Amino acid sequence: MPRIAYAFPDEVLEHVFSFIHSDQDRNAISLVCKSWYEIERWCRRSIFVGNCYAVSPVMVVKRFPKLRSISLKGKPHFADFNLVPEDWGGYACPWIEAMASAYPWLEEIRLKRMVLTDESLELISKSFKNFQVLVLSSCEGFSTDGLAAIAANCRNLRELDLRESEVEDLSGHWLSQFPDSFTSLVSLNISCLGSEVSTCALERLLAGCPNLQSLRLNRAVPLEKLVNLLGRSPNLVELGTGAYTSEMQPDVFSDLSRAFVGCKQLKSLSGFWDAMPYYLPAVYPISSRLTSLNLSYATTESPYLVKLVSECRNLQRLWVMDYIEDSGLEALAVSCKDLRELRVFPSDPFGLEPNVALTERGLVSVSEGCPELQSVLYFCRQMSNAALVTIARNRPNMTRFRLCIIEPRKPDYLTLQPLDAGFGAIVEHCKNLRRLSLSGLLTDRVFEYIGSYGKKLEMLSVAFAGDSDLGLHYVLSGCDNLRKLEVRDCPFGDKALLANAAKLETMRSLWMSSCNVSFGACKLLGQKMPRLNVEVIIDERGPPDSMPESCLVEKLYIYRTVAGPRMDMPGFVWRMEGDSALRVS
Amino acid sequence: MNGRSRNEEAFPQLLDLIPKDREWHENRAHKFSEERKLELRLGPPGEEEDDVVRGRKESLLSLGYFSASVNGGHTQKPVSPPWASSSKTQNINQQKGVSVSSSFLQPQPSPPANTAVPNSSQKRTAPGPVVGWPPIRSFRKNLASSSTSKVVSQHESQNHQQRVVVEDKVAGKKPVADNNNNVAVGGNKSLFVKINMDGVPIGRKVDLNAYYSYEKLSSAVEELFRDLLAAQRDSCGGGIQNKQEVEKAFIGLLDGSGEYTLVYEDNEGDRMLVGDVPWHMFVSTVKRLRVLKSSELPAFTRGGCKQDKITT
Repeated sequence: MPRIAYAFPDEVLEHVFSFIHSDQDRNAISLVCKSWYEIERWCRRSIFVGNCYAVSPVMVVKRFPKLRSISLKGKPHFADFNLVPEDWGGYACPWIEAMASAYPWLEEIRLKRMVLTDESLELISKSFKNFQVLVLSSCEGFSTDGLAAIAANCRNLRELDLRESEVEDLSGHWLSQFPDSFTSLVSLNISCLGSEVSTCALERLLAGCPNLQSLRLNRAVPLEKLVNLLGRSPNLVELGTGAYTSEMQPDVFSDLSRAFVGCKQLKSLSGFWDAMPYYLPAVYPISSRLTSLNLSYATTESPYLVKLVSECRNLQRLWVMDYIEDSGLEALAVSCKDLRELRVFPSDPFGLEPNVALTERGLVSVSEGCPELQSVLYFCRQMSNAALVTIARNRPNMTRFRLCIIEPRKPDYLTLQPLDAGFGAIVEHCKNLRRLSLSGLLTDRVFEYIGSYGKKLEMLSVAFAGDSDLGLHYVLSGCDNLRKLEVRDCPFGDKALLANAAKLETMRSLWMSSCNVSFGACKLLGQKMPRLNVEVIIDERGPPDSMPESCLVEKLYIYRTVAGPRMDMPGFVWRMEGDSALRVS
Repeated sequence: MNGRSRNEEAFPQLLDLIPKDREWHENRAHKFSEERKLELRLGPPGEEEDDVVRGRKESLLSLGYFSASVNGGHTQKPVSPPWASSSKTQNINQQKGVSVSSSFLQPQPSPPANTAVPNSSQKRTAPGPVVGWPPIRSFRKNLASSSTSKVVSQHESQNHQQRVVVEDKVAGKKPVADNNNNVAVGGNKSLFVKINMDGVPIGRKVDLNAYYSYEKLSSAVEELFRDLLAAQRDSCGGGIQNKQEVEKAFIGLLDGSGEYTLVYEDNEGDRMLVGDVPWHMFVSTVKRLRVLKSSELPAFTRGGCKQDKITT
């Protein structure tokens, strides 16, 4: 009966839905009615799972039978900084196995912070006939043998991107496994590999793949070889060089320059390990084409960096080391009016004294001179409220602001006050701020501001900040769109956590380490909130049962899930549930 | 899928049936907890999932309700400008006091929250190496040292000799950097070499890793020796005139055009002009520096005919 009431058949709806790609919209469609839910789930082609433990592979396969593309994220973000112990989890294997049997037509797999084995790579290479895209971002657990399987078997591979993964580098021979008939490669990123790859194999590969647009080499590829490789890939849009250093030879210089010019679409450069000032000017002829420049591995002195950057008038993204100094950033602010993203990395992160003349002034200059600046990651050694207020007023269009003042709890260097007012100005003026990382001396006040103003904030990273539970409470109760919160070394405890328990089900995850949360509170939370996994990471003193309620938890990771407790917790991870901790092995 | 023929007459109202993003979000805001609950489901709305805890719906709603009552007052309050000092904290404290006592999830009878939790926000003294701080990836940590990896061993042995000097230099400012850091980051901490100047009986030491270019080194040399040279000339009389002369003396240290020229002794014992090779190459081979009177140097050309520019 209801079907007759429908004015058009499922195919029409399906066709309409095919124009809708955003995950949020797709999710919304599926909630309209049962019929739409059914149609939508059969025609969804791409899925993003932000936390691989929030849902199980079986559930995904059951609901979406026709996926072509899947993205998964595993470990919490703080794993990047060694805060998550080895063997914590994030295993891709169960997913790969489930997909291997369910999705013979799967084309794309993107994994971030997951553990992947050679066996899984081999399974991928053999299970999906039209496999095209493999992106492994900050993954680990596999070796070049797994890559050899991919190279050998994936006839239609378009993208192989190993960005920042830890690969056991057994040899460079895997690259030779691409068959001679292989032509489909569009993007190759091997920048994270340690050992040499055969340049012959690379040259052969490039010669066979005329559509190659993105090539990121590893450090082991010498500069002289780069010239040959560039010659074989004239359609490159993105290039990551290898080591950018060599004996100073004018003919190498001019060959290199000519090779850059020969790639007429080239817009993005990265790599530049050990960059020598002598060879940087080889880039000048194409500098006006460049929109993205990653010099964050270039340990080059300021004047040479500044000269290069000033030539790139159309730069939209710059990643650079703090060798660029304030003066270099001033020059950047004058030259690069289209700059959207700036990241400045520390050259001497563990030194007590500044080794370069980079202060808050550089960032202020860029905020003044670059009207399109939206995304900032900045490491420095001093900051002031005045500077932050200026930056906030200059750039209300800021969407991502991550500031790392290297010394923990460092106050405003001019007034010796906490930096509450400065960061408060940031959240107040930047109404579309989605991501924020705090540092320096901060009291509960800054969290009050964040809770009041940070209505669009989705991800917040906090370290060595706050005075009491109030800080955490402000954030959890005020930030309506908060998805991820990661906290370390802050005096936040049970009260705020328990009072905002319901909030946790609206977020992807919460990480707290070296805070003041007790076992008792974790157990209570786990007991009352069955759709959260409240996982406590402890050292090997024994099961939490034997610990007093008041004992503080060292590391806590809470995330919402419909999959129940995970089955792969290591010995040091305990899920809080009821009166006793549960570990399901 | 079900074999029906497509009805090609597109119904103009079709797009209106799909809620626009904004409307959808507004609806969601009103039925906050309900929609959130639905979002987590993988089944259609209204269907019960296999779930062990039946009572969770109720508990979730009550938590949701409770949270709203805790939060409601707070977020709807007008917030004063961040840089105006306010006594709002007191109000919040009172509110917090109320919320804790009626909290749905009360801490257990002997909660740590009620006991004095040591305030760990006190500023620590000498910061030791902190795990995971500053937050950079491991592959970014040793870039500066590994770029001169060929000569790390050289630097490290020099560091060993120079460690006493390093401590002298930073004593009184802050505690010395942890030696682990020194070793971990490699030879990039400090590289002190002796530097002597003609006509000045006392030598100095300069940390080459504090500079990244020849220009910077040149100014540093001037700073080191300016007063000593002036004092030396003072003893011969001259006063203010000396000061001006001394300032002039340091011009052209690097290009051979000045009164003095900077040279160095390399790891093979040869005396070399400073400035010929890239900086990092220089740093890796230099053993000691000298500031020589240009007139003492044998005649030489430097990328061109500059002999006539050497003053005597």
